[in-house]
Amino acid sequence: MREEYTYVVLADDDEDDRLFFTDAFEELKMQTKVDVYKDGIELMNALNQSDSILPNILFLDLNMPMKSGLECLKEIKMNPRFKNLSIAIYSTSASEEDIEDTFVNGANIYIKKPNDFKILKKILADVVTMNWQYHTSGLNKDNFLLRL
Amino acid sequence: MKIFIKFDFKRICTKVIEEKLTGLGIKYRMLNFGEIEFLEEVPDDKMKAFNAILKDYGIEKIENQKVILVQKIKDTIIDMVLNANETMNVKSSVYLSEKLGHSYGYLSNLFSEVTYTSVENFIILQRIEHAKSLMINTDLSLTEIAYRLQYSSVAHLSTQFKNTTGITPTTFQRIIAKRRELSSNKN
Repeated sequence: MREEYTYVVLADDDEDDRLFFTDAFEELKMQTKVDVYKDGIELMNALNQSDSILPNILFLDLNMPMKSGLECLKEIKMNPRFKNLSIAIYSTSASEEDIEDTFVNGANIYIKKPNDFKILKKILADVVTMNWQYHTSGLNKDNFLLRL
Repeated sequence: MKIFIKFDFKRICTKVIEEKLTGLGIKYRMLNFGEIEFLEEVPDDKMKAFNAILKDYGIEKIENQKVILVQKIKDTIIDMVLNANETMNVKSSVYLSEKLGHSYGYLSNLFSEVTYTSVENFIILQRIEHAKSLMINTDLSLTEIAYRLQYSSVAHLSTQFKNTTGITPTTFQRIIAKRRELSSNKN
């Protein structure tokens, strides 16, 4: 029924995690398009192309070599072109400090990477649905904070 | 030999629809042009036959009617949440079906089909969003906010807040305050 699709991008240096992520979206019956990048630099280079199509939701791993998720987040938040992007932190860390720090720096969603594939599917479905609500129901994006 | 003709599209369409509906034994009423009201529940097979026949004539049912109705449901819910004081004693299902003139079952199925979420979840989400904006933009305490939004207690509001967002109202307030601090430092 939904006519638009949700464009999702992930930056994660771990190959297994990337595969796990794309597989989960493939199995979800939602209209999504997923692209992945191997690290923060590759991601930022792609986003910063002036003609790049911006994702609806960007998933950032925190611990990446060269450019971390937090660095990407800060860079993205400084650029007004990216202001409609929802940013989800996708990390193995569940430290309260990381969570609060990324939220304060402008992340909308914090996901602790689950080990279970079913749980991951559920989480990703929730994220897409919630993001869709913010997008279509005139909710204030500044107040969009979700921890899963 | 050549002849010239002119058409009255409206009349043609209306006539085709009238003939086909009568042929299928569907009771209906023509409202404005392009709007038909069925006077009784139409079984799926008849509806399919009707759609197929119309397609032959290049006439198509606008499925987006659904989207329009879903938007009405959302507007009604938002209105209900914002005016929680006045609607306090009415169950949301009753309120919605009275306002929109459809059964709650129909509205709720349609809503799930189009939005991938349920009416119940949408109401919760709207209440929580309203609570957030009151937390940020007013000096109201959580107790007062809970009361305004017709929660039975602060605990109820806090639990629902945590279940919906994954964080507590207090953490939410702290993060927003820190964000403001950060952006005022930048400027």
